[in-house]
Amino acid sequence: MIKNYRTRRTVVNVLIYVLLAFLGLIWIAPLVYLVMHSFRGGAAELATTIIPQEWTFDNYAKVFNPPDPNVVNFPQWFMNTFIIAIFSCIISTLAVLMVSYAFSRLRFKARKPLINVGMILGMFPGFMTMIAIYYLMKAMGLLAMPKVALIICYSAGAGLGYQISKGFFDTIPRALDEAATIDGATRNQIFWKIILPMSKPILVYTVLTSFIGPWTDFILAKIIVGAQGPEHYTVAIGLQKLVGLEYKSQHYREFLAGSVIVAVPITALFLFMQRYYVEGVTAGGVKG
Amino acid sequence: MKYIDYVQLNPFQKIGYNLKNFFVALPSNIVKFFKAIGRFFKKIGLGIGRGVAGYFTRLVKGDWATKLSYLIMGFGHIMKGQIIKGILFLVTEVAFIAFMIFFGWDKIYNLGFFSPDHTIGFNGEDYWVDADGVDFRISHKPPVEHVRADDSMQLLLYGVLTLVIIAVFLVIYFASVKSAYKLEQKVAAGEKVPTFKEELKAFGDEKFHITLLAFPCLTISLFTIMPLIFMILIAFTNYTKSAPFFGWVGLQTFADVFATTGGASKGETFIELTKWTLIWAVCATILNYILGMIVALLINKKGIKLKALWRTMFVITVAVPQFVSLLLMQQMLEGNEFGAINQLLRDLGWLATSDGGAVQYIDFLGNANKWVPRLTVIIVNIWVGIPYTILITSGILMNIPADLYESATIDGAGPVKTFFSITLPYMLFVTTPYLITTFIGNINNFNVIYLLVGEQSSVDLHNAGYTDLLVTWLFRMSTSTGEYNTAAAVGILVFIVCATVSLLTFNLTKSAKNEEEFS
Repeated sequence: MIKNYRTRRTVVNVLIYVLLAFLGLIWIAPLVYLVMHSFRGGAAELATTIIPQEWTFDNYAKVFNPPDPNVVNFPQWFMNTFIIAIFSCIISTLAVLMVSYAFSRLRFKARKPLINVGMILGMFPGFMTMIAIYYLMKAMGLLAMPKVALIICYSAGAGLGYQISKGFFDTIPRALDEAATIDGATRNQIFWKIILPMSKPILVYTVLTSFIGPWTDFILAKIIVGAQGPEHYTVAIGLQKLVGLEYKSQHYREFLAGSVIVAVPITALFLFMQRYYVEGVTAGGVKG
Repeated sequence: MKYIDYVQLNPFQKIGYNLKNFFVALPSNIVKFFKAIGRFFKKIGLGIGRGVAGYFTRLVKGDWATKLSYLIMGFGHIMKGQIIKGILFLVTEVAFIAFMIFFGWDKIYNLGFFSPDHTIGFNGEDYWVDADGVDFRISHKPPVEHVRADDSMQLLLYGVLTLVIIAVFLVIYFASVKSAYKLEQKVAAGEKVPTFKEELKAFGDEKFHITLLAFPCLTISLFTIMPLIFMILIAFTNYTKSAPFFGWVGLQTFADVFATTGGASKGETFIELTKWTLIWAVCATILNYILGMIVALLINKKGIKLKALWRTMFVITVAVPQFVSLLLMQQMLEGNEFGAINQLLRDLGWLATSDGGAVQYIDFLGNANKWVPRLTVIIVNIWVGIPYTILITSGILMNIPADLYESATIDGAGPVKTFFSITLPYMLFVTTPYLITTFIGNINNFNVIYLLVGEQSSVDLHNAGYTDLLVTWLFRMSTSTGEYNTAAAVGILVFIVCATVSLLTFNLTKSAKNEEEFS
């Protein structure tokens, strides 16, 4: 038994450091593995050792300049996803802000029922409807334009994700609205000239989340473009294909390099907005 | 029991006390739950009743122009000077009638409610072929030349679309009738009739909510609600990939899902996967919650330096897109010499070798064994989930009053005791809603299972592997094997489970909130 309080505290802290370092290593290891092996050279496509024996930039060169663009065309996939992300980001942000402003600041008869409908819709498993959406897109002739179809998929239901920004709008004092109304402002003007300029944090959060969405989505993209040619793929679908049985033995390292290219910007964006993320999740899901 | 008595119990007595309370209160809570549902439907019924009553009173009380508006929409408006508005209503009505005559009625008829064998799209006269000219209805009558190359899927889709359009039209119709009556009253009271421009202006002010919500409501009804209605309807048909022409079968699909005929039947699979889904959701939620909180406590402990570094090491895994990290994990867990984990174990010398000297690699994700892949996905999910818990709980953990801990230390409580007596109760109190959403999220946790395990099948399950959750089973049935009706039925069942869990627990926490505040 260690008698001295200070020594005991030091020993405990050292133990904690060791534990944290060990756990941190486990958590970071797959990512280190990913980056490390994206630089792996040599003839063998699949690794047989944990530490690569040879190092090269070839994998990245191959990703940016695909030798066989009809099979693996990462630049094209990247562009597809980028275009989809830009458009769905604009539409979703508008929809989310409109719905949350209406539910937060305006009072009308249908408000409560609409909120309840939104809650019930949120409880259905999200992709239960995807077959129907697929056929709907087919009936509307949009499968020939997979980008448009995906933009619609990502932004059509965006209005249902209003809770976080509604929580933010709720914190802006209503006295501001009242003062503006007395001065003769319409609700339209209040929205554009008072509420929006005050909502920069939530605007940033909404823009970033809806921009990241298409980069990380897998399910809807698989349904819409999974059966189409590689020139229509998004990065998620393309990279998943590269680790499929058919391609893995030739393209595994391109998968690793491509993953790094996608993961770096998204990781940076997320670390930048993690404060808003925590505020957002805790605003709706935590009391007290 | 007073609060002061409660505090003096030991943790096990507390758990016992809370459990007892939960079960004692459960019957009344369930009753409350059903009463709430009852009230909900009563409210809807009353609303409809009031609407209908108002509809007829206005018909009786209105003047002749208003009465005529019931037949010719917008007539009252035109007579009283709101010409543009009236014409818009009239155009809507004409367009709707034209739509129904040339398109809509046919689609409703094709839904098959009136056909003798309840087949969608069969009206006794038309014969159906696919693109290659193969007749699907040969069994009914000899084929004739005239064909329509639609299938039931499309006809059902158009039918549902028509139903939605009819619903939208009815809303406009009732609104127009009501506004005609209001206009009449306004004129009678001698007020000025608002011009079209003034009415438009109102959409920027007192009717601003309509402007804001119109577009999102339109897209949500078209791309969320309509597909949902559609899939709910599919659950009551016999639609599978091999049957492009299908009809209504009532509750047969649900009966199949519940039928336990032994072997790899749907019923057995449903029960097995439901059990696993619940085990998974409970394990994933509780393990991630408690372990994540312990790591967060370690990081935030007084005297630990480099907090930002430790935090970032964990949080960075949240930031990496899941399809990247999980697909990578899948590769690392492979059961041969290419899997990184197996390489590590081999280099450490922990893998057994067979007689021939070949290393026996562990098949972490293979379906040869029931519990190995299940354990693997739970462990990988800890890797995925702990950083989320750290992100969410760090701030709240910092808010626990420090004097609680100080007095506990003075009273001689160790770290384990303080965790279970102070930290956990406090956190549970504050984050119950978060826990419920996480639990529901885990029931629907598609990414972790599907990206990690992919599509594996076990012999004693119906198109499913041991690690499949109900939702991944649903996904596989609606993509690979094309059992659309079963998939839809499973989706409805998952919805019922999720809705019940969240409504019940929501009720519980709401009532708990009023009883005692943590202080």
